[in-house]
Amino acid sequence: MVGIIDYGVGNLFSLVSSFKYLGISAEKVSDEKSIAKCDRLILPGVGAFGDAANALKTSGLDMVVKRVANEGTPLLGICLGMQLLFEKGLEFGEHEGLGLIPGNVVSIKPLAKGNKIPQIGWNSLEFTANKGDIYKYTPNGEFVYFVHSFHADCPAEYITAQTEYGSLLTASVQRGNVMGAQYHPEKSGESGLLILKSFCEI
Amino acid sequence: MITKRIIPCLDVRNGRVVKGKNFLGLNDVDSPIKLAAEYSACGADELVFYDITASFEERKLFAEILRETASNVFIPLTVGGGINTVEDFTRVLESGADKVSVNSGAIRNPSLIYECAKNFGSQCVVLSADIKRVDGQFRVFAKGGREDTGIEAISWLKNGVESGAGELVVNSIDTDGVRNGFDIELLQLVCDVVKVPVIASGGAGTVQHFIDLFKQVPEVDAGLAASVFHFGDIKISDLKRELKENGINVRIGNKND
Repeated sequence: MVGIIDYGVGNLFSLVSSFKYLGISAEKVSDEKSIAKCDRLILPGVGAFGDAANALKTSGLDMVVKRVANEGTPLLGICLGMQLLFEKGLEFGEHEGLGLIPGNVVSIKPLAKGNKIPQIGWNSLEFTANKGDIYKYTPNGEFVYFVHSFHADCPAEYITAQTEYGSLLTASVQRGNVMGAQYHPEKSGESGLLILKSFCEI
Repeated sequence: MITKRIIPCLDVRNGRVVKGKNFLGLNDVDSPIKLAAEYSACGADELVFYDITASFEERKLFAEILRETASNVFIPLTVGGGINTVEDFTRVLESGADKVSVNSGAIRNPSLIYECAKNFGSQCVVLSADIKRVDGQFRVFAKGGREDTGIEAISWLKNGVESGAGELVVNSIDTDGVRNGFDIELLQLVCDVVKVPVIASGGAGTVQHFIDLFKQVPEVDAGLAASVFHFGDIKISDLKRELKENGINVRIGNKND
């Protein structure tokens, strides 16, 4: 079963619906016991890094997520949930993340003209040399839906796809069984559903 | 590179999609759930649902339609109509909306934008305004375009962004429903003063109108239309192909042909 970690941040309706649509059993989970029973986990999140990191910490789920990730359970962070996988977030101050992947979360570089912040809309995935396990069914150049003002600044070995937005932004990452997508697969139509399906087949 | 978005807008009343001309004379079109799925399949980048119902009973029906749509269509869904409070925001987000569009509610209570941005994040707060030329000035109209508020439109939108709106829908009453093209003058003025995505609305009649929109105001992020899509005058898959042929970057996936 896929566990969608519910720590009070963001709207889980579409994630739950996506798995239901795919015929994959998924449930919202919010305590240690139910999280431990899942064979894979989704860490969602919207809003600001500090608030979400606090919510995760207050609920005590930060330690649980770290433990099951270190034990090898496949974990996919989505949007802010991906950002939380890193060591630090530099949004409204400096906040500690889960530290499951080395790197920091930094703001998108503004340009004089052209790239509005946040990036909102469909942009294409450009795969790196490390093709991620979530892309079994995804061709290079596939469009996915982004909503974000920050992105991960991390060693190239963890980046599985980038997207061009004035500069190259980190679109997805993987370090062993820990994965992250900056975009919203649950809002990226058929292409996004195939990414979730691929994650469930790891 | 980020793509230009094409957004069909569905006005929903009593469980059906309706479309009028200049905000009058509503026609029944189709089931919103069915239309939404069709639009998504042929390449719509996003959907807007406007709840133009009044009664409590109809509002419950709208929520059911929204839930049903969001369970089967996996592209971003914006909901507007009757959004006056933070509770209204919560209500539609829980029914499956990704973004919420405020219009008259923000005119009655300008702090609504700030409060909702604080609670849910700017990314889900869309400020929509119906705008019309009056005495050489762009004015914001309320109540579905019937009432002149006297508010100057460009500064209204600019203030809305400063309060936390993450996106703007600029609907020109002068061009809405008459299918003579988007309001290029108004859109350029708005794009000159804001840094958030701008969605153009009102006036789409032909494919060429969309090409003109993105060529003449390259800062515009999306084009929104209703009747030309609902009545089949423009097929979204054809529109996107023609935009691409004209050098405009759009999302054309494997399933869109």
